[in-house]
Amino acid sequence: MDWTALWLSLRLAGWTVIVLLPVAVFFGRFMAYRSFGGKGLIEALVMLPLVLPPTVFGYYLLVGFGRNAPIGAFWQEMFGHPLVFSFQGLVLASIIFNLPFAIQPAQRGFEAVPIEVREAAQCCGMSPLRSLWQVELPLAWPGVMTAMVLSFAHTLGEFGIVLMVGGSIPGETRTIAIAIYDRVQAFDDTAAATMSAVLVAISLFTIAATYWLSARVGRRLG
Amino acid sequence: MALEVMVKVAGPIPLDLAFRVEPGQLLALVGHSGAGKTTVLRMVAGLWRPEQARVAVAGTTWLDTATGVNLPPHQRRVGVVFQSYALFPHMTAAQNVASAMGHLPKPERRAEAERLLDLVNLNGLAERRPAQLSGGQQQRVALARALARRPDALLLDEPFSAVDRATRERLHAAIIGLRAHLAMPVILVTHDVNEAQLMADRLVVIEKGRMIAGGATGTVMSDPVALRALGLREAGATIAARIVAHESDGLTRLETSAGPLLLPRLDGAPGTWLRVRIMAHEVILARQAPKGLSALNILPGTVIAVKPGDGPGAFVQVRLGRDTILARVTRRSVDALALAPGVGCFAILKSMAVARDQVGAGVDPARPDP
Repeated sequence: MDWTALWLSLRLAGWTVIVLLPVAVFFGRFMAYRSFGGKGLIEALVMLPLVLPPTVFGYYLLVGFGRNAPIGAFWQEMFGHPLVFSFQGLVLASIIFNLPFAIQPAQRGFEAVPIEVREAAQCCGMSPLRSLWQVELPLAWPGVMTAMVLSFAHTLGEFGIVLMVGGSIPGETRTIAIAIYDRVQAFDDTAAATMSAVLVAISLFTIAATYWLSARVGRRLG
Repeated sequence: MALEVMVKVAGPIPLDLAFRVEPGQLLALVGHSGAGKTTVLRMVAGLWRPEQARVAVAGTTWLDTATGVNLPPHQRRVGVVFQSYALFPHMTAAQNVASAMGHLPKPERRAEAERLLDLVNLNGLAERRPAQLSGGQQQRVALARALARRPDALLLDEPFSAVDRATRERLHAAIIGLRAHLAMPVILVTHDVNEAQLMADRLVVIEKGRMIAGGATGTVMSDPVALRALGLREAGATIAARIVAHESDGLTRLETSAGPLLLPRLDGAPGTWLRVRIMAHEVILARQAPKGLSALNILPGTVIAVKPGDGPGAFVQVRLGRDTILARVTRRSVDALALAPGVGCFAILKSMAVARDQVGAGVDPARPDP
């Protein structure tokens, strides 16, 4: 059992969720409320990671994070180490490939808030921020929570992109999914089975917790 | 402290109107659906910004396209009751009401919310969530929430259209009962002329975005131009009446300034003031007091004006005591009876011609106007 890999995966998923939560809330809300020319194109772009093969997507990220691309060069300049094959690079890649999992459900969540209810909040004297906090977020919460759970679970399981961008450096970029693959390659069935079981348990727990929380929210909204 | 509204836009919905509502006054915006009534209300609330408009209340300009002033809704002290209630489903009734009290310190909000819920007769339901309340109760919460902000203008957008008739009558009575507490200008948007005439002090009639008549309710409801837009069969007038007794044969005896009025059984204890809407086409005029007639109500009055229409009909305004009613008769009868201003006549009204929903809560006419 590779505890380092598990811990790394959990850290990666945690960071992804922390960064994506505000992105999902603000971008999902924006996309839910506004209609503008090119909205369909932006929605398609956000959904792109969902349909591209992970290796293709990982390849582009690898190139984009490389020293010869603007993002990679900037990172090297700022922090003195390359973005590829580093934990930070992995977090950034994870954020990007989780965008559809975070934004889509959050957008659906905000779309479910009736427009009259939002207008009523304004007419009750609530500033946009207070309206978001007191009215919209509580009502869009099931969507936002689904977004977070999906991103978390998806990060734990992602394989192809992680391998392309991060490689398999123990303690730095070797996630549990890659560790399992590694163990299978080494014919270490026991370790692979244990780690797979742990991953199944974590996923089950996450989904059960989501259902329980949604049911609570559902009861609250009656 | 009056509310002044002016708007002029070419499209997408053309709008051209201007009106003023005094504090404590209830103005009804009447017109068919799609006439632009709700759009005007949304503009006053700040939910819609037209190219050319001005909204000012209590000395504050909320919107003036000429000077570029446009306050967002949360900076306008406005109370809005939406057609669909638009309550916050995750909050209790009390929390809904308290949510509009950003101006009050937190510890005071709860008590104020309960006071407002009492005011709309919802005591004991403060902890219920909207889903646990009936449509009428939700609308009362919405009304309490609209008042919670101590608004400079209260806007009611078709607030009674989504509830059944009995609930609607109770809500009408609730609003009329609240009038003493409503010191601000009130705008009621409705397509129901009956409701508008029973509740409003002033009417603005909108047709295809254009204001075609505006003024005191009684004046507008006898204006042929307004009536053409609203439908001639909506023509009528309201008179003040007080319940005297409920009689054993199912009739209720009322007292008006022109004499007694018998109507089918009404709710309310003796002494209750009501506003009775008498439809113009239900009134028969006679020069002599008729005998041997089945109609129970024969009230003496004087003709004030005769307005012939384009067709065979004419409107005759008759003063009955302190009230004025409208009769729609044929031009032939006007000639035959020689009806002219100053002529004495009798207005005849069948008891059965007044439907229950044509009677609304009223106030003692001797009480000074707000």
